[in-house]
Amino acid sequence: MDWHFVLSQALTQAIGPTMLVYALGAIGLNLQFGYTGLLNFGQAAFAAVGAYGLALSVATFGLPFWWGIVVGLGAAVVLALLMGIPTLRLRADYLAIVTIAAAEIVRRLFRATVWAEHTGGSDGMREFSDPFFNLNPFPKDASWTFAFVSMDGGRLTVDFGLFDLQYSNRDLWVMTVGWALIAVFLVIIGLLVHSPWGRVLKGIREDEEAVRSLGKNVFAYKMQALAIGGLIGAVAGFVYALARANVQPDTFSTDFTFYFYIVLILGGAARLFGPVLGAALFWFLYNILAQGLSEAINSGLISPEVMNQTQVGPLVFFLLGLGMVLLLIFRPQGILGNRRELMLDVR
Amino acid sequence: MSDEAQPETEPAEPVGDARAGITAARASLAGVGTEPGVPKQDPILKASGVRRAFGGLVAVDVQHLEVQRGTITALIGPNGAGKTTFFNLLTGFDRPSRGEWVFDGRRADRMRSYQVARAGMVRTFQLTKALTRMTVMDNMLIGAANQVGERFWAGLIPPMWKAQEAANRAKAMELLERFKLIDKREDYAGELSGGQRKLLEMARALMLNPKMVMLDEPMAGVNPALKQSLLEHIKDLREEGMTVLFVEHDMDMVHEIADWVAVMAAGQLITEGTPDQISADRRVIDAYLGAHHDAAQH
Repeated sequence: MDWHFVLSQALTQAIGPTMLVYALGAIGLNLQFGYTGLLNFGQAAFAAVGAYGLALSVATFGLPFWWGIVVGLGAAVVLALLMGIPTLRLRADYLAIVTIAAAEIVRRLFRATVWAEHTGGSDGMREFSDPFFNLNPFPKDASWTFAFVSMDGGRLTVDFGLFDLQYSNRDLWVMTVGWALIAVFLVIIGLLVHSPWGRVLKGIREDEEAVRSLGKNVFAYKMQALAIGGLIGAVAGFVYALARANVQPDTFSTDFTFYFYIVLILGGAARLFGPVLGAALFWFLYNILAQGLSEAINSGLISPEVMNQTQVGPLVFFLLGLGMVLLLIFRPQGILGNRRELMLDVR
Repeated sequence: MSDEAQPETEPAEPVGDARAGITAARASLAGVGTEPGVPKQDPILKASGVRRAFGGLVAVDVQHLEVQRGTITALIGPNGAGKTTFFNLLTGFDRPSRGEWVFDGRRADRMRSYQVARAGMVRTFQLTKALTRMTVMDNMLIGAANQVGERFWAGLIPPMWKAQEAANRAKAMELLERFKLIDKREDYAGELSGGQRKLLEMARALMLNPKMVMLDEPMAGVNPALKQSLLEHIKDLREEGMTVLFVEHDMDMVHEIADWVAVMAAGQLITEGTPDQISADRRVIDAYLGAHHDAAQH
């Protein structure tokens, strides 16, 4: 069994393009759920309107790339208003119900056959990412070696001996942009949650009636948190669409939202770096389990009578689910969370 | 809310009835009649025709009520009399079926709860609402009014709000000192005892420089030792020129601190008067005090 390959794959993925999508989506969710206590079960919809806003603008309507970004962000704000205005004055559970339904509506709208000639229906869309990759500063034919770092035909290999990290020049560009966005959002959120504005959000999470009695317009704050978190969700959608150079409606299913929740709870909700750590760990665990089991079957370590390749996927999710349950029992505050805080009675 | 109701620095010493506020308050109410809705010299709150119905049940139907500025007024009545509902209406936490009221010269019946608080009428809750997973200090700071840094974009630029934050922090320290919570300032509010949370809630309300403080059953679930200190704190509010309206069940407390008592029964205001007048009032005894008082004698 090739342990080097398994470990390399898992670690490559752990800081790679897909992990960035989870981290960004969870950063947005952290502002909504972690700090403000908003049960947004529709983060996938924010990613979807971001991704489709970009793809439709560029591929269908021939708008410039940057207009596509503006349209995607605008769509996220509109979605936040549509979901927030009717529900944010009501009890918290109403937002949960509306967001989960709205996310399904959004997915089904993009999937609908009625306008499939524009949206591609269930096949989705491509051919919108060229302007992004045209900006790629990493050449696709570079070849050089420097100590343990080597570039071979645009493919970067960083060899640590025990494992190596490998990325194509396209991955590298997505990661450069993605990590830069994460850095920017962490700085913004870090400033916000340590400001009086962030203090009001935390107050709303604890008891919105009390905050209202202190003269704060709770509805406006909740709307702002929903919209800002949704904007970051749309950015996650951009990165997702661009990294794969396509959009497909069914990738934005409810599962997608719950991956963001897993990432957030694993890392620690209401902790600035929780989403990033959670995303890296979640995606590392997923890949090491999937690759490890697959390798074990290939090498005959697990006999084909016990399980075959097609059973690896479901088993990985079973194991991750089990891990999540154990986490909630033994470390409910997540990795970066504060147990003392969590153990306080919240009524 | 330009009023500079700055809290006193030194902790208040109980000086009984020798304080100036009580004399002024009692004087301002001298000679006022006892019929419900009786006009006062200088009312800070004037409510008329306030009605709240839940379906067919009329929970509140108050014809007229005036609250004299600078006094401690108690709102009493048997369970289900509509006191808390009336309280919620006045503070914007519930919407009336009809009725209007003026608070400090401004129509307040269309205001939302947060606007009422900004206008200077700040309430506390029967079940204390401490923000449990925030520190005591953060609980205080969130109360301060007109914070620049509470605007989203300004939150991103600390130099815009750091000075104001420092001033609010200094004020919070004074209040925490006065309410004897200073040593707890970095603890989570959820780690405080029930009585300390009551103190915190009152101190937090004072961060807004209110003109009128509305206390919903401030003595509910408070031990006797703390009760005395809470009473002194409420008297201090009057000394600082604030008006206090409180809902209460405990007649001893009403006797000890209230300048004026308004009695509700079955949603209506049935009588008003000084504590002594109310104790002697046959209707009140019938509606409420009789049974309650006997029980309270142990």
